[in-house]
Amino acid sequence: MRRLLRSRPLWIALVVIGVASVLPVWLSAYVLGVLTAGYYFGVFSMAWDLLFGFAGEVNFGPTFLIGLGAYTAAILNSRFGLAIPLCVIAGVTVALIGGLLLALPALRLRGPYFGLVTLVAVLLLQNAVVIFAGVTGGEIGMTVPDVLSLSAATNYWYGLIFLVICAIILFGLSRSSMGLILQASGQDPIEAQALGFNVTKHKLMAFSISAVFSGMAGAMLVFYMGAASVGTLIDISIGVQIIIAAVLGGRRSILGAALGAVFLIAAGEVLRPLGQLNTFVVSALALAVILFFPDGLLGHTLRRREAK
Amino acid sequence: MVGLQILIDGFAISALYALGAVGFTLIFGVSGVLNLAHGGIMVVAALIGWFTAGELGAGTYGGSLLGILAGLVCAYATYLLVVRPIQRSRAIPHEESEIFVLTGTLLWGIMIQTALAYKFTDNPVTMRPLFSGVVNIAGVRTPRNEIMIAVVCWLVIGLLWLLVNRTRAGKTLLAASMNPRGLTLLGFELSRVHLLVWSIYGLLAGLAGVLLASFLGVGPNNTGQLTASAFSIVVVGGMGSVSGSLLAAYLVGYLETMTAYLVAPTLRPIPALLLLVLVVYVRPQGLLGRR
Repeated sequence: MRRLLRSRPLWIALVVIGVASVLPVWLSAYVLGVLTAGYYFGVFSMAWDLLFGFAGEVNFGPTFLIGLGAYTAAILNSRFGLAIPLCVIAGVTVALIGGLLLALPALRLRGPYFGLVTLVAVLLLQNAVVIFAGVTGGEIGMTVPDVLSLSAATNYWYGLIFLVICAIILFGLSRSSMGLILQASGQDPIEAQALGFNVTKHKLMAFSISAVFSGMAGAMLVFYMGAASVGTLIDISIGVQIIIAAVLGGRRSILGAALGAVFLIAAGEVLRPLGQLNTFVVSALALAVILFFPDGLLGHTLRRREAK
Repeated sequence: MVGLQILIDGFAISALYALGAVGFTLIFGVSGVLNLAHGGIMVVAALIGWFTAGELGAGTYGGSLLGILAGLVCAYATYLLVVRPIQRSRAIPHEESEIFVLTGTLLWGIMIQTALAYKFTDNPVTMRPLFSGVVNIAGVRTPRNEIMIAVVCWLVIGLLWLLVNRTRAGKTLLAASMNPRGLTLLGFELSRVHLLVWSIYGLLAGLAGVLLASFLGVGPNNTGQLTASAFSIVVVGGMGSVSGSLLAAYLVGYLETMTAYLVAPTLRPIPALLLLVLVVYVRPQGLLGRR
């Protein structure tokens, strides 16, 4: 406990949260909206980082899990009028089941093959949404009758609280013995197995946790935006953005992923005047980070302190 | 009637798929790189070919040549600016460099796509057919262009086979794919082998892009789809196996054509995706893959 109180990252995190929570007093509704979307994105990226940074599995299809959660919640809400909390719980359940169905066979595969299967899962889900347009709204998307709140400030706090809770849980997990075992099995599965750890079980667990958080954030995002569509929730480009955010912030740091996501969303908004070139600049920036600071923004500073 | 139509159309499409995927598999076999900017390079060749042929008045053939050249330049840029720096970086642990190459080339592909969309807009373009006229094959009117594209694809693939199996440079490539360390011990410069394979790849991808533009039409929005189809063909056939890629290209090409004609054009990509999932689960090394 003493060590925890003296650790500098904790105080920095507390200050950042403190500043973030009073922002609605000064900022306009528009800026708050951008930040809120960034917070949900942060949860996506953190969930992805748990799988990639620690378990060493590249999940090219984070949007498969997000989409399952989001669309389940949206359909239940708009077709059956279920209350928001129930919809979110149902979304999480479906994302978890879908994630397990995908991961159980897929985790037998290594490296690029696992990534490929997850990528295909996204493409299949995307096609399924379009084919069953009667229920899902197809390419146009669907709106949900209930939203979290109409006030930008309230929505902002929902997003912030959600991000902080998820960050605490995921960061805690990553620093627990489970995180260490995952890291070991990601870097050298044979040795981890020889030490007596059940690598598959731990990876499956990491995937399930990732699925739960992705699904929940997806469902929440639907009720924040009041709509669900392929372009904003499932499209490969969204998955790519999540990956860029996590790598940008610094893989294997969880918190870096959240930081990277908020930074990416904000940068996309700041660069909006560039129009089409906006994506070009953001990708070029991310590529430069990968080439010159492969540990990411946060990883770079963290690692340097470790080296001292 | 429809059967013959499927047979002919499927043959041409599959030949193009094969040409696109062969370069992709060659690079993976020789240098272990999965180039996710593949679609981007093809589209660069297609759009430059279309632009120089039409707007700049280079003519169809001149434009095609310039397009292929653009594909080559773009492949070099991918290798020298993205892939090699990642492979040589000291800050990236060796076992993670594969994942960094994937992410890096993916980003590079997005940059190519957005730059092209900025310059040429998102609309797909179609080059004038390289060969004009229509041939009647047992009652199916087939553009001569379609037949000639299949012929060109197979000619180039045949040339590639000769190059790899019958020339000294090609045999070095083969050796590099089997045992790179052994090759360096024999006194060959591995980086020159890699440069050679990227040159071949650039020419192949460029040609595939130009032919695609004259056959179906291409736009910046197609980059992702093109990369995905090359990737899945290579995985179904077995990573690094050229004959496997050819087989898989025909399997995927015919599956797609049959779905488009017999079921619904909108469902076109789905059976191929299911085939991919099936192969990955049942036989992860691919149909003709080693390991």
